[in-house]
Amino acid sequence: MVTAVTSLGRSGLSDWVIQRVTALVLLAYLVFIVLAVFACDLSYTEWKGLFEQTWVRVFSVAALLSTAMHAWIGLWCISTDYLISRVLRIKFNDAVAARANYYRWAFQAASAIVLFTYVVWGFQILWS
Amino acid sequence: MLKVSLYRYNPETDKEPYMQDVEVDTGGKDLMVLDVLELLKASDPSIAYRRSCREGVCGSDGMNINGKNGLACIMPLSEALKGGKKLVLRPLPGLPVVRDLAVDMSMFYQQYEKVKPYLINNTPAPAIERLQSPEEREKLDGLYECILCACCSTACPSFWWNPDRFIGPSGLLQAYRFLADSRDTATEQRLAELDDPFSVFRCHGIQNCVNVCPKGLNPTKAIGHIRNMLLSRAT
Repeated sequence: MVTAVTSLGRSGLSDWVIQRVTALVLLAYLVFIVLAVFACDLSYTEWKGLFEQTWVRVFSVAALLSTAMHAWIGLWCISTDYLISRVLRIKFNDAVAARANYYRWAFQAASAIVLFTYVVWGFQILWS
Repeated sequence: MLKVSLYRYNPETDKEPYMQDVEVDTGGKDLMVLDVLELLKASDPSIAYRRSCREGVCGSDGMNINGKNGLACIMPLSEALKGGKKLVLRPLPGLPVVRDLAVDMSMFYQQYEKVKPYLINNTPAPAIERLQSPEEREKLDGLYECILCACCSTACPSFWWNPDRFIGPSGLLQAYRFLADSRDTATEQRLAELDDPFSVFRCHGIQNCVNVCPKGLNPTKAIGHIRNMLLSRAT
């Protein structure tokens, strides 16, 4: 049993389910946005009116949180695939490989900060 | 004459691996890749590779043939070359090279060992044998035929990066072989041991394993079944 403290759901199964559910939310939101932009030919006032409706805000927040969770699972997976000593030793050298954990944590911290910023910024935009 | 590019590495004399270009007379026949290696070895006995049954059963001569993993003994030259002129032979990717085409399979076997590839049944043994219905037995088809040649696992990028934490397609095919067996009673224990972010879920379904399996098996499908079992268990 391999444990991982930094994975989103702490279990492979929950990460897998979260990634699929969030993908469906994002797909639905993409369809909604594409329809809103291209099919309705919205003016600025109409666009603002659309996003002032509660259901659109709820939907947008769901999409925003889904983006953050989906991205975290994907980026975490990338960091634990490539930013590990075995891979860095092959690509670079032993000295770089010895610092693999620090590189991985730095990458994960940077990813977390960026995603958190997007979420807060998104809330700010939706309620401004 | 057939042109062959051969991966050579002897850790005792070579600083690093290199590709050796050699030519071999196949007599115009569509030989198996293993036959070509045998011809080469007759003129240069220092070439190292594993082989045994020469009929695709023992799984010893898995190697990378013109960029695709396969068994040298059942791979005809015509299929390996696909109209090209040069045969390129390398060891299975991702595992440490012992010498030339022979790789150290320890990491592969360690993952195999992890899935407890044997029947576990704690109920009292019957007088003769544990019976299965033909339908129950049928569930093992496409699973039990694996010969552990490692062609699939060493074609899998997830196994290249995490050979210590991801079981790999071969091990997971074996894991499902025992999960699907009606005579096995350790399903819960087996699933509990697989439920982490690496053992099963590093499979992203790219199906390199299916593409290379010399026995035509489908580890990706077996991994899908394991995932569904884990999901049913947790919901």
